[in-house]
Amino acid sequence: MKFARNLIATAVLASAALSAFAQAGETVKIALIDPQSGLMGPLGLNQLKTFQFFGETLSKNNPAGVKFEVVGFDNKLSPAESLNALKAAMDQGIRYIAQGNGSSVAGALIDAVNKHNERNPGKEVLFLNYAAVDPDFTNSKCSYWHFRFDADTSMKMEALTTFMKDQPDVKKVYLFNQNYSHGQQVAKFAKENLSRKRPDIQIVGEELHPLAQVRDFAPYIAKIKASGADTVITGNWGSDLALLVKAANEGGYNGKFYTYYTGVTGTPTALGTGGAGRVYQIAYAHYNMGGQMDKWMAEFKKRYNDDMFTGSVIHVYNSLSEAMKKAKSTDPVKVAAALEGLKTNSFNGEVELRKTDHQIQQALYLTVWQKADKKYPYSPENTGMTLAPVKTFESYVSSTPTSCQMKRPG
Amino acid sequence: MEFFFISMLNGLSYGLLLFMLSSGLTLIFSMMGVLNFAHASFYMIGAYIGYSLNSVLGFWVALFVAPILVGILGAGFERLCLRRVHKFGHVPELLVTFGLSYIVLEMAQLVWGRTAVEFAPPAALQGPAFTLIQNSLNGLSLVWGAAAPELCTAADAAVRVVCSPFPATRGFMMMVALMMMVGLWLLLKRTRVGLVIQAALTHPEAVEALGHNVPFVFMLVFGVGTGLAGLAGVIGGSTFVTEPAMAATVGSVIFVVVVVGGMGSLAGAFLASVLIGVVQTFAVAFDYSMLMLLQNLGVHASAAMQDNSLLKLTLSQVAPILPYLFLVLILIFRPKGLLGTRET
Repeated sequence: MKFARNLIATAVLASAALSAFAQAGETVKIALIDPQSGLMGPLGLNQLKTFQFFGETLSKNNPAGVKFEVVGFDNKLSPAESLNALKAAMDQGIRYIAQGNGSSVAGALIDAVNKHNERNPGKEVLFLNYAAVDPDFTNSKCSYWHFRFDADTSMKMEALTTFMKDQPDVKKVYLFNQNYSHGQQVAKFAKENLSRKRPDIQIVGEELHPLAQVRDFAPYIAKIKASGADTVITGNWGSDLALLVKAANEGGYNGKFYTYYTGVTGTPTALGTGGAGRVYQIAYAHYNMGGQMDKWMAEFKKRYNDDMFTGSVIHVYNSLSEAMKKAKSTDPVKVAAALEGLKTNSFNGEVELRKTDHQIQQALYLTVWQKADKKYPYSPENTGMTLAPVKTFESYVSSTPTSCQMKRPG
Repeated sequence: MEFFFISMLNGLSYGLLLFMLSSGLTLIFSMMGVLNFAHASFYMIGAYIGYSLNSVLGFWVALFVAPILVGILGAGFERLCLRRVHKFGHVPELLVTFGLSYIVLEMAQLVWGRTAVEFAPPAALQGPAFTLIQNSLNGLSLVWGAAAPELCTAADAAVRVVCSPFPATRGFMMMVALMMMVGLWLLLKRTRVGLVIQAALTHPEAVEALGHNVPFVFMLVFGVGTGLAGLAGVIGGSTFVTEPAMAATVGSVIFVVVVVGGMGSLAGAFLASVLIGVVQTFAVAFDYSMLMLLQNLGVHASAAMQDNSLLKLTLSQVAPILPYLFLVLILIFRPKGLLGTRET
């Protein structure tokens, strides 16, 4: 009898403790749906490692006390394959989906997640977008189940053109982008912003080339040279930027490049010492952030012999964990409600998941490719070069308005 | 002007690479009577074997050894597989090469991984072969190797100087392709072996009756054809990217080359590869669309028409489709190809 009473008492105590930290000790599985083969494979694999690295590191100590586990799915950069991967992930009971490479894929995933959540109450999944930057996802196509942890193209272009405004040597601009939603948006926002801020700048050419198909950019470089452009604005990423830069070096193009993704797999090597002072990047982070970030990057490099450049993954884990603590649950429905308007402190200052459109508000950095020195020592892909910060845009500067009319469940 | 020269050279070098691949394919076609679907896979294997040898023995050894290894693999495939299937007719032959292309792809991915490998050209081929200097005062001039920086910058702001270096890898690619073409032509037209091969391709029974070993000749042709693909692979892989999808990207284009040039015609393959290389390179440079054509013809375009995504398509955007358009047109209007002789 006494034993039974003790047992009940323990059970009550235990359940009380559990209700206080209901989520503590639970394992949160995240499905990463990204290319892990093909031309964009090296990039996707690097980001898989980033997710695993921070999943492991932050599982040891996070506000919610949960364990993170990452499961990789190879989507071959195809929206159709991604939907299969999404189905497979949901069949495994995974309720958090992460994706970043390709707004074409992200668009398909948002639609699929919306439909799934509408039809399967109690089995909702959340889409954590860490790098797909088409502004539509937080404007006309905004979804309650989608959160974006990267800055979108409208924000990046706002910052980039604010810098270009004060560069008198920029006179003739060539817009060179991939032919899909992201590349088209970059071109569109570049034109809009430049005509507003520097109407004297001439757009001498606009190119949209097939995504992840081109192996030889030499003909394009000849075309850019013939146009007389002194500056190229490109949202290209992965092999499309690395091979472009390689062809530019070989073809003797001396103009400036304003890019989104210079620091990303393959491009540092392709640039080498050739592009010093001529290649700029706009991003929410750079290679010399200092503090805890430096330690993480050193550890990442030691473990994988690769560079960590996807800092938005840290936002993802931090925000999830804070939201789970706030919601006292790992249920995506409760976590989504807690994520809305959530403010966390991250490596680039305070970041906020804006409630109206689920777009993270964060500081942006403009960096330039130059020799690594004492002040900015980190050298991606052992090139001896680095991305040195030139200008910082606080989150209120790079923030852009949204037209999102969010439909909330219930 | 320098734009024209550089684009022409880019187009020619790409076209010649295509020729290295399609010459072997068209030879094998004249022999088997069916297209070898796995031909581009031998190109990929050549690149990967070249990459592996490059890290151990250096590029120049790899350039010689890799094509030989690929040729031996090709000959082995002909001896052990194709020859057995040959008696069942063309469709099984075709299917066997089709199956092989998948096996090769998956094997390469298992051995070398699913992502691109770092296959850098040797130091001697890095940097420009020559530099074209366009000076608005002195006109066009040419400097071997890299041009000195003072040649590329004008002291006077009114003078416009443009330097266009041409990468040595591409020059090397052109040189090897031309040497290969001459060698192949000499072999086929000027030697006894070539005579036997030519005869065996068209009249195998008669050649056999004369006491020649025709199956051996076929194996030889298959081996040489795939070896040439391997050679193209080493050069193409180090110039562009060495990755599993490289077979698929050139595979479809070389079929176009063989069909457009005329099945079994070496000269036709040469003409078609250069044509496709040059057309594709130049198409990239032109931003003309149907809309502009209509406007130039004096048709008033409405706002809806100006926003029509089909009319807005520029020539540079449709550049990747052009070879296939070519293929369809040739098959409709001249099924035997540009220089082909047989009506199939």
